[in-house]
Amino acid sequence: MSKTDVSRRGLLKTGAIAGAGVAMPTIFTAQSAHAFTNEPTGGTVTLGFNVPQTGPYADEGADELRAYQLAVEHLNGGGDGGMMNTFSSKALQGNGILGKKVEYVTGDTQTKSDAARASAKSMIEKDGAVMITGGSSSGVAVAVQALCQEAGVIFMAGLTHSNDTTGKDKRANGFRHFFNSYMSGAALAPVLANAYGTDRKAYHLTADYNWGYTTEEAVRSSTEAMGWETVAAVKTPLTQTDFSSYIAPVLQSGADTLVLNHYGGNMVNSLTNAVQFGLRDKLVNGKDFQIVVPLYSRLMAKGAGANVKGIFGSTNWHWSLQDEGSKAFVKSFGTKYGFPPSQAAHTCYVQTLLYADAVERAGSFAPCAVVEALEDYEFDGLGNGKTLYRGDDHQCFKDVLVVKGKENPTSEFDLLEIVEVTPVAQVTYAPDHPQFSGGALGTCNNGA
Amino acid sequence: MFKLEKTDQTLLIVVGILTLFAPFILNPFPEGSAMAQFNAGYPDLMQRFVIFGIFAIGFNILFGLTGYLSFGHAAFLGVGSYAAVWMFKLLSMNVIPAIILSVVVAGLFSLLIGFISLRRSGIYFSILTLAFAQMMFALAYSVLTPITGGETGLQLALDDPRIFGASQTPEGNIPVPGLFGLEMRDSFDLVMGSWVFTFNIGYYFCAMVMIASFYLAIRIFRSPFGLMLRAVKSNQQRMNYTGLNTRPYTLAAFVISGMYAGLAGGLMASMDPLAGAERMQWTASGEVVLMTILGGAGTLIGPVLGAGFIKYFENIFSKINSTILHEWFAFLPDGLEDFIVAILYPFIGKGWHLTLGILFMMVVIFLPGGLVEGGQRIRSWLQKRKSEKNTPNGSTEPAE
Repeated sequence: MSKTDVSRRGLLKTGAIAGAGVAMPTIFTAQSAHAFTNEPTGGTVTLGFNVPQTGPYADEGADELRAYQLAVEHLNGGGDGGMMNTFSSKALQGNGILGKKVEYVTGDTQTKSDAARASAKSMIEKDGAVMITGGSSSGVAVAVQALCQEAGVIFMAGLTHSNDTTGKDKRANGFRHFFNSYMSGAALAPVLANAYGTDRKAYHLTADYNWGYTTEEAVRSSTEAMGWETVAAVKTPLTQTDFSSYIAPVLQSGADTLVLNHYGGNMVNSLTNAVQFGLRDKLVNGKDFQIVVPLYSRLMAKGAGANVKGIFGSTNWHWSLQDEGSKAFVKSFGTKYGFPPSQAAHTCYVQTLLYADAVERAGSFAPCAVVEALEDYEFDGLGNGKTLYRGDDHQCFKDVLVVKGKENPTSEFDLLEIVEVTPVAQVTYAPDHPQFSGGALGTCNNGA
Repeated sequence: MFKLEKTDQTLLIVVGILTLFAPFILNPFPEGSAMAQFNAGYPDLMQRFVIFGIFAIGFNILFGLTGYLSFGHAAFLGVGSYAAVWMFKLLSMNVIPAIILSVVVAGLFSLLIGFISLRRSGIYFSILTLAFAQMMFALAYSVLTPITGGETGLQLALDDPRIFGASQTPEGNIPVPGLFGLEMRDSFDLVMGSWVFTFNIGYYFCAMVMIASFYLAIRIFRSPFGLMLRAVKSNQQRMNYTGLNTRPYTLAAFVISGMYAGLAGGLMASMDPLAGAERMQWTASGEVVLMTILGGAGTLIGPVLGAGFIKYFENIFSKINSTILHEWFAFLPDGLEDFIVAILYPFIGKGWHLTLGILFMMVVIFLPGGLVEGGQRIRSWLQKRKSEKNTPNGSTEPAE
């Protein structure tokens, strides 16, 4: 049973402890002593590379990590300098960033927003990272971007294609170099019209999550603007591996084109199913049945094998591009790892250089200074031609590649061929475009 | 004190001291040293330790006492998080209403799911809870996207109403969760030589809640109600034959443990205002089962230890990469260095699951009672050694 007695000695003890407790805060150094979160004070600066190392996008994550390591090597003056030689800005000297040697920490996002945030938080709180980058899905990108805004560090998005990242979920501390669903739709539509005519009936199969929705919307509105008709749009669960039951109704619907708004393993499976069902040999409405995959990646093309031959899609970058920047990057990546980089690797490498360059030009690691340096910044020589980092939504505007599965691949990396480089003017949209409406950039946050 | 027996009181005090001094205990290595990689004393991970501790304590009330193995407990955690974030969006950034609502909502959901699932026992019960949790995950991930934010998760926005608070701070940012002006993410650094200890307000808030939940769990374990739950575990049929209806007891245990999960979810959202659907996936439900078994099901402290163990691996081991390994073994000759790194590499970084799996197997095989049994064995071994010294014939009385 409880017993309360107050002794003189006990009271003294308690008093002493309480007194010490009150005196404690004076020996604390509050974090506000720094001008901004994780201000690098020594001779090094730490960047956080937060990529999926396990889970469905582990392949992309591994390639992203290779690109980051290459970028760090180049920033510190190692290797052949890669795209630093072709980059239009010459602020980077190969002596780190602002003379500080670049170090990095890595983490595993597991392609889950929770795990990604935990990993990013540990980079910020424990390792003192001043910039976080990476991710290969939009959910993760959006979640980590919001976290970086709160914490007051810069987020340079990796592979994220959903409109929301720079649409309704945009943040002042976040930047995206990769293209988005709207751009895919706008770039693909004219090419599709040329190849397949303007009176097609399209049937959409859409992965049932945010990226799927925005991609379906983008492709739908661009193709309908050209005269296509959308017969039906069916949502498929993300975890679906066998799409036969979704493919069968396509033929009965009277559609003559199938649009697969799927990514990664989903796309590999749905495309394989569709081809196995013989869709591509069918004749509907007097036209050859066609399949379209809005977002392509080399890793997906590899997974789907021969099934991708002749199928149209869009991509951010491809290693077979012949401009100086791309050639330099492919060369240094190939020398180091023995195979050409993927588009995920490219965007991550470029994002790291862009961040480093912005810090050099701003002369400070403070997030607000970096944001100012990146906003409305125009550059060239990083593989996509002339590019603009638009200040209104922190999205890069550049040419988009429309690609097609190659008929006669010469190697396991040579799976896609570039059909058309859609000029940037054709994929530019107003910042308040309905597909990007809602949400606000807010103001940049330097943290404590 | 606290109406507890002496051993329980000691346990509660030990847990209290451990959690309060966690910033010191978890940061044993000086900043900048090679071992600093293993420091776990940063706010986010400390918060996770205690939050998942609460989750596991709650799970243990159901699994440890009644033996009903729920495979869908993460659903309540997720529901709690969503409730808390909605509270932040609509009402204010104070964590108290958010946490209260998350406990209430999780309680309601567990009442419904428990009412249906508890009609069966054993494996059928597990499957039913698993099915419900997966249903809720699928709903949150896609069907209910307007309410849950879908894949992207539910986040705060600059234009949320927040009736009793500001939609945005004067600087134009989203306000952060706080407790009457104390911001959850505020922390103080205590620098002592080359050691840096971080004291975080959010962590201490969670720690207080965890100590309170731990105390409540002890009271439940020692109460007649707890005894009844143990009776359900040992022989439910006999209970039924004596004319006793056990279902109200099991349902109560289920709801209590669901509310604990909701509390954990609410705290998670309070520390980091985002609720994602992955929190409800079956892997998350499996994780809490692992935590409980790893620590020792049916014991008081076990689940908390298990939660700490798993979260430590997830956050610390997954961040060791090959560069760090090379740094560690840089003193070795080149060939040997590469060889050792090549052997260790599969077990760190992306291979942390592998290490955790091996450890889990070893615990289950060699210490079926979990980490707690390991502790008990060490203690009895020490006592035996001591008593052997005192009484050479080796005959000992059982401890306590």
